[in-house]
Amino acid sequence: MFDVFSNFSSGIIPMEAYLLLSLVMFFAGIYGFISRKSLLMILISIELILNAADINFVVFNRYLYAGHMEGFFFALFTIAVSACETAVAIAIVINIYRNLHNVNVDSLHELHEPESEQ
Amino acid sequence: MNYASFLQLHDELSLLALIVILLIYDTFANEAKMRYFQPIAILLFSIHTLLNCVPRTSFEVAGGMYQYVPMLTYVKTILNVGTLIVFLQAHHWLNGASSIIRRGEFYFLTLSTLLGMYFMMSAGHFLLFFIGIETASIPMATLVAFNKSNHKSAEAGAKYILSAVFASGISLFGMSLIYGATGTLYFNDLATALTGGPLQLLAMVFFAVGLLFKISLVPFHLWTPDVYEGAPTNITSYLSVISKGSAVFVLFTILIKVFGSMVHEWQAVLYGIIVLSITVGNIFAIRQQNLKRFLAFSSISQAGYILLGVISGSAMGMSSLVYYVLVYGFSNLAAFGVIAIIENHSQKLNIKDYNGLYRTNPKLSVVMMFALFSLAGIPPFAGFFSKFFIFSAAIQQGFYVLVFIALVNTIISLYYYLLVVKAMFLTNSDDAIAPIRSDLALKVSLVICTAAILVIGLFSSIYNQINVFGFGM
Repeated sequence: MFDVFSNFSSGIIPMEAYLLLSLVMFFAGIYGFISRKSLLMILISIELILNAADINFVVFNRYLYAGHMEGFFFALFTIAVSACETAVAIAIVINIYRNLHNVNVDSLHELHEPESEQ
Repeated sequence: MNYASFLQLHDELSLLALIVILLIYDTFANEAKMRYFQPIAILLFSIHTLLNCVPRTSFEVAGGMYQYVPMLTYVKTILNVGTLIVFLQAHHWLNGASSIIRRGEFYFLTLSTLLGMYFMMSAGHFLLFFIGIETASIPMATLVAFNKSNHKSAEAGAKYILSAVFASGISLFGMSLIYGATGTLYFNDLATALTGGPLQLLAMVFFAVGLLFKISLVPFHLWTPDVYEGAPTNITSYLSVISKGSAVFVLFTILIKVFGSMVHEWQAVLYGIIVLSITVGNIFAIRQQNLKRFLAFSSISQAGYILLGVISGSAMGMSSLVYYVLVYGFSNLAAFGVIAIIENHSQKLNIKDYNGLYRTNPKLSVVMMFALFSLAGIPPFAGFFSKFFIFSAAIQQGFYVLVFIALVNTIISLYYYLLVVKAMFLTNSDDAIAPIRSDLALKVSLVICTAAILVIGLFSSIYNQINVFGFGM
């Protein structure tokens, strides 16, 4: 674990450091998705997850398969696709704001399971 | 680079041309010409369906990034016919006051999702697969939120896009791990590169989340009832048949082609998911009052049955899966068609409101009954044969306990399907829904569905024809 960081003085960042970063981003995104109350914060958490995957692609390509470009291109396409996703999601969040005058997840309570008959 | 090879993508090119034509028409036509928009759109789409319904020989484009197998033509034709029926059923709703100015968008967005599903199904590389699945799910979110000013529709749209992007994010992380473990993303290369190490197992599970979410199987099903209830009914039927059918097919091909070396691991995962989906879907369906929620849970349990074809992993599993999607599609579209027309005329969606429906609307009640009997799998209807084939595919691979659990659940499902039939035929009510005059498009769609439910099971040539191109491990 700690020899990951012992190489820093030599000026070379080891691959494990990047993977650690992407893993932290990934789980921070999942935690944020579950715990945040604002739709916009949930959206930002999802962006963290997508960007964590992008970092993975680029780092694997750079360190392990340097001869190819597959990972770089995948990351480029993913960035474009996630921009589309964010655009549509923000449009839908704005629509929620127009209908309900806030973007809190707790106010999305119209669709739910039927009350039990007791 | 040989660009001429792209001309081989007949289905995608003709659908893309159709989308562009409709978009230009919608943008530039005046009010008088827009009256013909829907008939023209339906006509052009039927032509597209007919042009692409003959299987060709297998080929690959762009070094294996796009792969064609003859089975794809059958699946795409099934999806095309299903979409056509959705269009016919949506005709009346789109001419309503609230949605008439957005009727062009409906066609454009629906066909865009269909194009995404085409690419997703023909993908031979994870990049094309990812772009396909996102093209299928992003416009879908806007369709779910189609009634902008309706709270339920807006809420359903938000729930759909957030959970869809979350699932695809996890799926994408899984793909990045696959790339890290093997250094390639071509399905052909991955078949030999994957050996079943721990990182690859983790990657497979992460990756599968995206597809399991789209099929709405049990640990990933929580969005289904809310989105199905909130979305406009015609879009719910599209979501439950077309989106699900394409995702199931892709799950089968990817698990076989790419993760074939980990067959025991994914069979164990799917085993648990199937048992949970069928059981949870059935138990929750019993307590539903709203018919759209009811059919949402019914479709969750149906998805469990469809996965019996995936878990068997054989050529017979593939054929019975496609056959099941065909039959399930017609049955579900018939049920949703009836619900949509009744909702349009009376705003009523609860099972209680259907009391005494047979007295006032005998034809609609009979279509609904056929559809529900077919979903439950009662013998003369096609649903029985599709269940029979998929159970025998699973039995062939030795999943006796699993098929037994599925059989017990079929009996449970019969109970709640019959609840609706009982409300329509046996319970009398003073304020039953008034007689409804349906328009020509809806009549045609319901006749097609009913004929298909009655006929498909009785002609063995349909299954045999599908079976010719079945492939497995």
